[in-house]
Amino acid sequence: MTSELRKPPSQFLLTLQRALGGRAGWGGFILQLIFVAVLVWISYEIVSNASENLKAQRITAGFGFLANTAGFDVNQSLIPYAGSDTYTRVFFVGLLNTLLVSAIGIFFATVIGFVVALGRLSPNWLLARISGGYVELVRNLPLLFQILFWYLAVLAALPNPRQSVALFGSFFLSNRGLIIPKPIGEPGLEPFLFALAIALVACFALWRYSLRQLFRRGEMIRIWPYVVGLLIGLPLASVLIFGVPVAFEVPVLKGFNFAGGVRLIPEFVALTLALSTYTAAFIAEIVRAGILAVHKGQMEAGSSLGLARSAVLRLIVIPQALRVILPPLTNQYLNLTKNSSLAVAIGYPDLVSVFAGTTLSQTGQAIEIIGITMGVYLLISLVTSAIMSFYGWRLGRSLRA
Amino acid sequence: MKRVSLIIALAVAAGSSIPVATAQTLKTVKDRGQLSCGVSQGLPGFSSPDDKGNWTGLDVDVCRAIAAAIFNDPTKVKFVPLSAKDRFTALQSGEIDVLSRNTTWTLSRDTTLGANFTGVTYYDGQGFLVKKSLKVNSALELNSASVCVQTGTTTEQNLADYFKGNNMKYEVIAFGTADEAVKAYESGRCDVFTTDVSGLYAERLKLANPADHAVLPEVISKEPLGPMVRHGDDQWFDLVKWVLFAMVDAEELGITQKNIDEMAKSDKPELKRALGTDGNLGEQLGVTKDWVIRIVKGVGNYGESFDRNVGGGSKLGIARGLNQLWNKGGIQYAPPIR
Repeated sequence: MTSELRKPPSQFLLTLQRALGGRAGWGGFILQLIFVAVLVWISYEIVSNASENLKAQRITAGFGFLANTAGFDVNQSLIPYAGSDTYTRVFFVGLLNTLLVSAIGIFFATVIGFVVALGRLSPNWLLARISGGYVELVRNLPLLFQILFWYLAVLAALPNPRQSVALFGSFFLSNRGLIIPKPIGEPGLEPFLFALAIALVACFALWRYSLRQLFRRGEMIRIWPYVVGLLIGLPLASVLIFGVPVAFEVPVLKGFNFAGGVRLIPEFVALTLALSTYTAAFIAEIVRAGILAVHKGQMEAGSSLGLARSAVLRLIVIPQALRVILPPLTNQYLNLTKNSSLAVAIGYPDLVSVFAGTTLSQTGQAIEIIGITMGVYLLISLVTSAIMSFYGWRLGRSLRA
Repeated sequence: MKRVSLIIALAVAAGSSIPVATAQTLKTVKDRGQLSCGVSQGLPGFSSPDDKGNWTGLDVDVCRAIAAAIFNDPTKVKFVPLSAKDRFTALQSGEIDVLSRNTTWTLSRDTTLGANFTGVTYYDGQGFLVKKSLKVNSALELNSASVCVQTGTTTEQNLADYFKGNNMKYEVIAFGTADEAVKAYESGRCDVFTTDVSGLYAERLKLANPADHAVLPEVISKEPLGPMVRHGDDQWFDLVKWVLFAMVDAEELGITQKNIDEMAKSDKPELKRALGTDGNLGEQLGVTKDWVIRIVKGVGNYGESFDRNVGGGSKLGIARGLNQLWNKGGIQYAPPIR
């Protein structure tokens, strides 16, 4: 009778207990609960204390300022911006400038980093020494110093706009930056882009076809003449039929500066240069470590198959090395993004400069603005690391397969 | 700099160690034995350290005068150099007792920052510094120019207003500190450097060839510069306000560092009131009867300080202009000590 009444413990409760308390059971769960309660209490204290203090000192609080007119100008903006816009728009101007310099910096840092790493591993004595010297020199000097060096060195080397270095009468290099003709869309632009898109799709299909042939029948098909033909031929045909796609607005020296054209400001160039060369030195070491982590036998096996050194690296070593490289590489990408906040030293209008700088001092709302800025950097970093994790996951899957 | 504002913001958030909205600043300063005064990171004439680390300047003298009134010792001041964008946060968080850092008095700063301006130490206006080789004689010829400024100042907004108002285009490059902005101007990145006119004269001294650069005649804004204190402590507000008034009144009454001892013996009623031989006006402020004597002995009257730091007796050589006393053609005017 009693044995009939005894039920097995509920499976659901057990699962819940394990999920919440781990191995420690309900005791662990209670401990976690207390921990969360303490965290909530601390954050509540911080927020309420801050708002009380602000109220007591009659300091304006809240996010109302974001709708106010900024009233100052910014010298580089990816979206249309004027002084009569709001602080919200200033925030986006700064954010986009930060993202721009980070994305371009990450691209160049990766390219330079891989090249230097391969150079350092190269059997060529001179190349290996030069690459080694680069790494040791660049990674051991403070970044702020390098940014200022590039900025002042670049500025000092360039002439003033009236004596700028001109190329074909339409490219101008001076201490105001590199000014290039600005493309303006003409009626022929849409057909041109359409033809280009068709050519790209066709090339992609061709490439897939050639790969399939290679795996199925072991034939190598030479596709590059077709690719070149498509990529040049189709757009050219569209130009002949529909007319030129773009006209160029040539910059003209007017007063102190050039009017018209597109300008790359020296602050941007110096910051990108400094960030990418600096981070590249670290990436080079990471890549080198990753390649050295791949067993020597793999390289030898590749060579004994008769593959060239470059093919061995590309097809055998680097895919395996990437697994080791990826996590520390993500760190470097995050570092580069965060280091871009040093821009304020050379007047590049990044998020910290225009939002946590000018906007902060004009509104005086330090807590809100610093909070937003920290949140944004956190978000950028989390997104970057999520993308890298996804890539790593795919890479791991394909290597196992 | 970024780190400083972050720490301060966190400190405000945590709020534990900060004396907030208490009428205790004077007591805190007395207990500490030292005044904590926010100044610039080095603007000759207003606040800059010499090669031995001694701070001098008009703004510095205001701090020294406050210390003299409280401690009878103008050296009992700790100077905290602040960038333009960190200054208000430092005051709000209680890191400094008074901000004396060539700060322009505006309505929004007086209201939203949780701080009050106590007076005007220097009536200034924004101007432009250009290379003489550009052959520019007026700011109205600056269409399409590149302009270097220090970020976190009223300068950026005045600049936008001025160029927009005159239908001129320009490019602004904003730097974290004045030094960086001047460096970029000197290297040719900008055609123009802009800040308050007094600042232009001061920064020009730092250039390699000061004579190659000229300050344009246009003054495009009103920049009354003055000290600031936190909201919520009226006693401290009164004291800081009246220390500056005392310096101006001392000049008007003809009290100088040299003649102060003779003046203290004078029978003139207004001198007796000011110098504390009659009545207890100083005690009403929370300091001693002889507070004006202490101030004048410590730093001199307003005119002496002006002359020594920015006027004829200094390298800057700026004329008194608007900063002359009201009865001598200027607008410096202090309420009477009575």
